[in-house]
Amino acid sequence: MQLPILSIVIFFPLVGIVLLLFLDRKNHKVLKGVTLGLGLLEFLFSLPLWFRFNSQTPAMQFVERYAWFPSYGISYYVGVDGFSLLLIMLTTFLTPICVLATWEDIQHRVKEFMICLLALMSGMLGVFVALDLFLFYVFWEVMLIPMYLLIGVWGNPARRIYAAIKFFLFTMFGSLLMLVAILVLYFHYGKTTGTYTFDLLMMYGVAIPFHMQFWMFLAFGLAFAIKVPMFPFHTWLPDAHTEAPTVGSVILAAVLLKMGTYGFLRFNMPLFPQAAWHFVPLFSILALIGIVYGALVSMMQKDLKRLIAFSSVSHLGFVMLGLFTFTMPGVQGGIIQMINHGLSTGALFLIVGMIYERRHTRMIADFGGLSTPMPIFAAIFMVVSLSSIGLPGLNGFVGEFLILLGTFRTNVVYATVAATGVIFAACYMLWMFQRVMFGEVTNEKNRNLKDLSWREIAIFAPLLLFIVWIGVYPNTFLNKTKATTENFLAMMDKAKASQTAVSQGFKGEAR
Amino acid sequence: MMMDYVWLIPLFPLVGFLINGFCGQRLPKTIVGIIGSGVIGLSFLVTVKIFLEFLSLPAGTKAVEKVVFTWITSGTFQAQAAFLIDPLSLVMLGVVTGVSFLIHIYSVGYMHDEPGFYRYFSYLNLFVFAMLLLVSANNFLLMFVGWEGVGLCSYLLIGFWYEKKSASDAAKKAFVVNRIGDFGFLLGIFLIFWTFGTVNLREVFALAAKYPVGSGVITAITLLLFVGAIGKSAQIPLYTWLPDAMEGPTPVSALIHAATMVTAGVYMVARCSALYSLAPLSLTVVAAVGALTAIFAATIGMCQFDIKRVLAYSTVSQLGYMFLACGVGAYISGIFHLMTHAFFKALLFLGSGSVIHGLHGEQDMRKMGHLKKYMPITYWTFLLATLAIAGIFPFAGFFSKDEILFHSLVDGKFIYWLIATTAAFITAFYMFRAVFMTFLGESRVDPQVHPHESPPVMTVPLMILAVLSVVGGLVGFPIIEGAHVFREFLSPAITPVAHAGGHQAVSFEVFMMIFSMAVAAIGIYTAYKFYILKPDLPTAIANRFPVIYDYIYNKYFVDELYDATIVEPIKAGSDFLWHGVDDKVVDGAVNGSAGVITWLSAHLRKLETGFVQNYALAILVGVVLITGYLIGR
Repeated sequence: MQLPILSIVIFFPLVGIVLLLFLDRKNHKVLKGVTLGLGLLEFLFSLPLWFRFNSQTPAMQFVERYAWFPSYGISYYVGVDGFSLLLIMLTTFLTPICVLATWEDIQHRVKEFMICLLALMSGMLGVFVALDLFLFYVFWEVMLIPMYLLIGVWGNPARRIYAAIKFFLFTMFGSLLMLVAILVLYFHYGKTTGTYTFDLLMMYGVAIPFHMQFWMFLAFGLAFAIKVPMFPFHTWLPDAHTEAPTVGSVILAAVLLKMGTYGFLRFNMPLFPQAAWHFVPLFSILALIGIVYGALVSMMQKDLKRLIAFSSVSHLGFVMLGLFTFTMPGVQGGIIQMINHGLSTGALFLIVGMIYERRHTRMIADFGGLSTPMPIFAAIFMVVSLSSIGLPGLNGFVGEFLILLGTFRTNVVYATVAATGVIFAACYMLWMFQRVMFGEVTNEKNRNLKDLSWREIAIFAPLLLFIVWIGVYPNTFLNKTKATTENFLAMMDKAKASQTAVSQGFKGEAR
Repeated sequence: MMMDYVWLIPLFPLVGFLINGFCGQRLPKTIVGIIGSGVIGLSFLVTVKIFLEFLSLPAGTKAVEKVVFTWITSGTFQAQAAFLIDPLSLVMLGVVTGVSFLIHIYSVGYMHDEPGFYRYFSYLNLFVFAMLLLVSANNFLLMFVGWEGVGLCSYLLIGFWYEKKSASDAAKKAFVVNRIGDFGFLLGIFLIFWTFGTVNLREVFALAAKYPVGSGVITAITLLLFVGAIGKSAQIPLYTWLPDAMEGPTPVSALIHAATMVTAGVYMVARCSALYSLAPLSLTVVAAVGALTAIFAATIGMCQFDIKRVLAYSTVSQLGYMFLACGVGAYISGIFHLMTHAFFKALLFLGSGSVIHGLHGEQDMRKMGHLKKYMPITYWTFLLATLAIAGIFPFAGFFSKDEILFHSLVDGKFIYWLIATTAAFITAFYMFRAVFMTFLGESRVDPQVHPHESPPVMTVPLMILAVLSVVGGLVGFPIIEGAHVFREFLSPAITPVAHAGGHQAVSFEVFMMIFSMAVAAIGIYTAYKFYILKPDLPTAIANRFPVIYDYIYNKYFVDELYDATIVEPIKAGSDFLWHGVDDKVVDGAVNGSAGVITWLSAHLRKLETGFVQNYALAILVGVVLITGYLIGR
């Protein structure tokens, strides 16, 4: 019998939670050590997904399907393709890193924290593999709760409740509209085909009238756009990032935001392709605003975490821009950029976390000259910053280049505006770097800061490995997404062709 | 064949970077220096070997490409990690590895007391790696990797003394200004790919040949690429970062900001001669920008007192010459000047470094003078380089600069020639001004300071470069048929402009040479008069034309202009976006709607008092109202 690899990967963290329940809550070392072990095992379990993945086919792989509520057409239906594979690997890859990063940071309610962390992992993985709309919605909502708790319980005492509630309400607001749209879709499919099912892949094929597509695209789109976050739904992000504990920010940036962009690829675009083509200008322009606006606002920030949060708005704008080009480089670049953002921005939040642990401040003005007491830290910070500003040879460049290349094909003006984001990125990152790391040590508290410990270096080593790997040999990763992207684009092109026919028909009638 | 291992050339410096970067802190300085310089020496040897192999290839072989691996594939787009060996890349590889090697050795002496010695050498190695990629890439994207890579190393090395605010400011400025140029380059690459379906240099050039002269898309591509060149090679209007870049250690200025990196733009234009030759408009822009920059920077150079800044403006000006050459279609003369300039300008910078080293950090020429006595080797080598840059026969600069002047008249316009000749006069003037103020005349050195000659590890590279500055121009000996070895070697790699100027009479060429020599000589004499015969004269003139002098001395206030019109408005605008738009409008709407709901619920809540009599009263009122309404209807 074939091992249900995917289910093991999704539910192993939950098994881990049961194990944690039996451990002494006072013994932090054991709790953290066990969770680290669980995280490593989880990563190990997910490796077969990577190595046994067949990059030649766009079909879903590692598929598992069990009837759940057969009378409603609901099933436990999961699978992996080129769109989700990289995100799954990113999630399991970051799990042990996140646990390592809590070592000093989290000192109270450790047990609960670890439980939340594991539950969150499970929920996020579920979102990426679910192929049943109902199942997807369950995972989507489930993962909200542990994140809410991470911010609300372990966040910064001053404003954590405000940030947590803001995060929760924003997401809930979008999700409810999406739920309505899911139900509309369910009944529409049932009516037109006679089969009532939440099976996503079956729904891909169904013809939906344009006006329905229009509204359902917006309903799904709002939920995902809030998650991305796209301008102007981004204001929960700086608050959530600033108030969350380090690991919360890392997961939020690296994985949670990707659910928005992934949602567009997996749900919005293939389900409502004609509407997707229709909305290209709107979403591209929002993405462009995000790129430039995020970068400019980022430049002025005084708080390191807010600065990185706004830079996320800018980077995710690139991803959205790429996806909405519906070109090979644009979409592949968008996917790789999701991973890049996860690695670079995740690493940046870890970096801020490490100086926060030492100095208990995140204000840029409190630092300056850190390169002198912390040379190893400085080198790592530099590499990560350069990866974030898209220096060729590191990961960020590959994503941005492909996105811009695709965009240039579809719209030269969009590409030109977006490319200015590359200039601004250099401004805000290097200016921040200068104010934190360069100059003389002006604040006495900074003079004898300890450089990174071995544990901290171990956190960065795997991140840096992939930052360089993707930069130097991105084909390892691009190959995995190729077949799925080609299939997706073929589908989108077909939809466009039929849309043109429809709209010409419209014009004919109007006459 | 060594040619199959061409990737070794950039690999050696990369290995040096990794070794010194990771382990350098724990290694003794001697080892760090040997590794740092040794890897460049190895690259140089491989280059020489490949050069010899290339010469022995059967006639007609224009270029060899070696693919290492496929870097990025997406849809029809493909970029390889691959190298192009042709005369142009060989010249560049030779200049870069050769000059770098000498500067690395010099650095061992110059940076000896520096705590960040290993960091310096690892950055310098990384720079050479990126520069070698830039000049040997077989496609635009890999060239861009080198292009941004050298920009990064320039950033790291300008900001090498990161504790100094001015140094880290200058570093950031260099990076950001270069990024503005790179923005154009990047768009150019996109346009190239979507026009030709490839980014491979030779494939693009072959396909471009089918386009007519003056084609719009080629003009657009070449103009976008030239934006990149303007940034990297510090031309108007993006030159402002280069003078500030002098905050870096002096050998860095010699290597990056004189001999190699800043010439990348010239290399790129010459490399793309097949495209530029099809775009007369772009060529005019290149020539005009070059000519303007040449004279503009030269005038600023006249009034600077910091010896490195004089050289910096001189570099900007000389780069202008190279672009002028390319712009009139004399690409080979541009590359020729690039090479000779690499020799004599590296020498000038290293010489100034030797002076600064000998004076324990003093850079102001007003506090120098009569150093000839203490630093004879530095003096003589510096003088030779100055003669070369001034264009005195038979020094290297004479041949290359004279060619540019000649072509700017014959293939260009009279105005180009006039500007370039004027700039040549100014160049001779300010360079000899520097020599006189530094080495001759009265000593104005602080009595506390005891000047001394530098150790051999520094002076030997000076002497080698001096030899090159003297004889380096002979490879391009004019007039005699076949004596211009340089042109014969390079011409297979260059696509000339279709209607280049016809052949000129030899007597005319000779006349032009004598004329430009005379111009240089007058420049030198003027400097002699001003700074040796009548040292009070410059101050008198400055006092007589205070406005003009002030204007030039302050570099035409261009930095201030950019700050006021670009930097500050962007900052203010961004601040408005943050506080005005993000906080007030966007988040205001969010918190506002939350506020409305809170307000509504607070009031609605009052209805739910929990007292039965309240509810009963409400029911009664309701019944009365409805009954009343029904009756009154």
